[in-house]
Amino acid sequence: MRPDLELVANLIQTDARVLDLGCGDGELLHNLQQHKSVIGYGLDKDAENIGLCLAKGVNVIEQDLDEGLGNFQDDSFDMVIMTETIQSVHNPLLLLQEMLRVGRECVVTFPNFGHWRCRLHLAASGKMPVSAHLPHRWYDTPNIHLCTFNDFEALCAHLNMLILQRRVVNRHHNERSLINLAPNLFGSYGFYHLGRTT
Amino acid sequence: MSTHTSDNVGVVTPSVFHYPEPFVLQNGGALEGFDLVYETYGNLNATASNAVLICHALSGHHHAAGYHDSADTKPGWWDSCIGPGKAMDTDKLFIVSVNNLGGCHGSTGPESIDPSTQEPFGPDFPQVVVKDWVASQMLLAEHLQIERFLAVIGGSLGGMQALQWSIDFPERVENAVLIATAAKLTAQNIAFNEIARQAITSDPEYRAGRYRLEDTNPDHGLMLARMIGHVTYLSDDGMASRFGRELKSGDIDKDQDVEFQVESYLHHQGRSFTQRFDANTYLLMTRALDYFDPARETDGDLVAALNHAKARFLVMSFTSDWRFSPERSKEIVDALIAAGKDVAAAVIESEHGHDSFLLPIPRYTSALQAYLNHALSRATEQWNH
Repeated sequence: MRPDLELVANLIQTDARVLDLGCGDGELLHNLQQHKSVIGYGLDKDAENIGLCLAKGVNVIEQDLDEGLGNFQDDSFDMVIMTETIQSVHNPLLLLQEMLRVGRECVVTFPNFGHWRCRLHLAASGKMPVSAHLPHRWYDTPNIHLCTFNDFEALCAHLNMLILQRRVVNRHHNERSLINLAPNLFGSYGFYHLGRTT
Repeated sequence: MSTHTSDNVGVVTPSVFHYPEPFVLQNGGALEGFDLVYETYGNLNATASNAVLICHALSGHHHAAGYHDSADTKPGWWDSCIGPGKAMDTDKLFIVSVNNLGGCHGSTGPESIDPSTQEPFGPDFPQVVVKDWVASQMLLAEHLQIERFLAVIGGSLGGMQALQWSIDFPERVENAVLIATAAKLTAQNIAFNEIARQAITSDPEYRAGRYRLEDTNPDHGLMLARMIGHVTYLSDDGMASRFGRELKSGDIDKDQDVEFQVESYLHHQGRSFTQRFDANTYLLMTRALDYFDPARETDGDLVAALNHAKARFLVMSFTSDWRFSPERSKEIVDALIAAGKDVAAAVIESEHGHDSFLLPIPRYTSALQAYLNHALSRATEQWNH
């Protein structure tokens, strides 16, 4: 399984109710259904991904995250997951709030725009960063809401969300000491486990 | 045309299931017994775990796949999805397709003889509803010694039957596949049905439904009903790309009588329908559509109605379908999620409107195939444990 999904899977309790936003080919849910007997749904809008999920027996719902989660009731999930997707939605603020409305806790992972390579690229070339973990050019990128770890944490504070756990990894999904020293500079991907304050 | 190529089920012969006992209907009426005509494709496996029930829509019948004889040029209505290697793979599945009660293709219906009068039932055939169909299909399943269907599958009115199956016989449906359907019709949808019914009943040849006795047929009304239906089964874009404003005959500039291609098409569809469909059955089937609302038993709460369902669900709809729009499917999906049921849902891009569910649209057929393949392997695993 993808290393970041492994991190997520470790957080899920047996028999949990799970919602996976932007579930892709259904790898995570498939794994969780098999090993933790979760009751899970995945949302995705990509036709090919939906076919792959159906072939795995994953409960995939074709739904655009930009249409919100209005069809899900309050507190209907133990965990709402969104891996490497928040940067491509139209309204990340609203979606974050929705995630902690329908779920008691959530996990969000995303690429760090504050990584030193991004900063260096912009500083040295004067052009929008293109890198291994953010390979698109500014005009064709699906990533319309990139942020740094500091940005994201500021939003969590603004929304009164509790950061239960933060893990920061490099592009090989390893946690190194340099990263812990200055995560917003050396971390490629952030993994945030969030909860409600009340 | 060869009817024995490897991508179809070849020549099939319908069977008749005769149920000799009184059969009480939801509306309080009863039949003194009934016949159901059905076809099967593929082979039932040793554990009877690969059986699939196909439920037909408004104008459908039991002949869903293959040909009736070697000279037959037109395959069954769902041949695009049923056959060796197709979405409903007859190399792996045992498929049962039935003509519903009240139908006009061999099952007991308005054209059958009423034992109490020795004349055709005609308009006196009791109104049957989706729940009655499901109950009668269940008796057929018992006759075929199928304890549990791997899947009950239907589009449109057929999807309603699959949904009702999951509610009425939760232990007997492993998967319910609901395609281009709704948990109940909207006012607009009922309105179209009523216009179709009025077209039939206001035809002077309708003769209060006793047209058979008087050796006539409300051809004109039935044709109109079918034309209205057809327009609603297509989409604006689909009709534009298929017919545009092309003329079949005449010249607008020369002040001649003009027939647009779309007119010619509708006339043809309407006329051919009168050859193969009974007006009283059309009235009965449209009413069954209108009355369907499984949530009525739970005060309008669809989530509560689905509470005891045990099936896994696949719900599919088509972007240009405005008669059974993706929003109606979404209502079912949302209720299933709220009820905590296993459900997958896909909205298929298509310009062919409601008719899409009958067409070999690659994304649609491959999604159905992927889902059924997984369902079959899961069922096989369960049997082996």
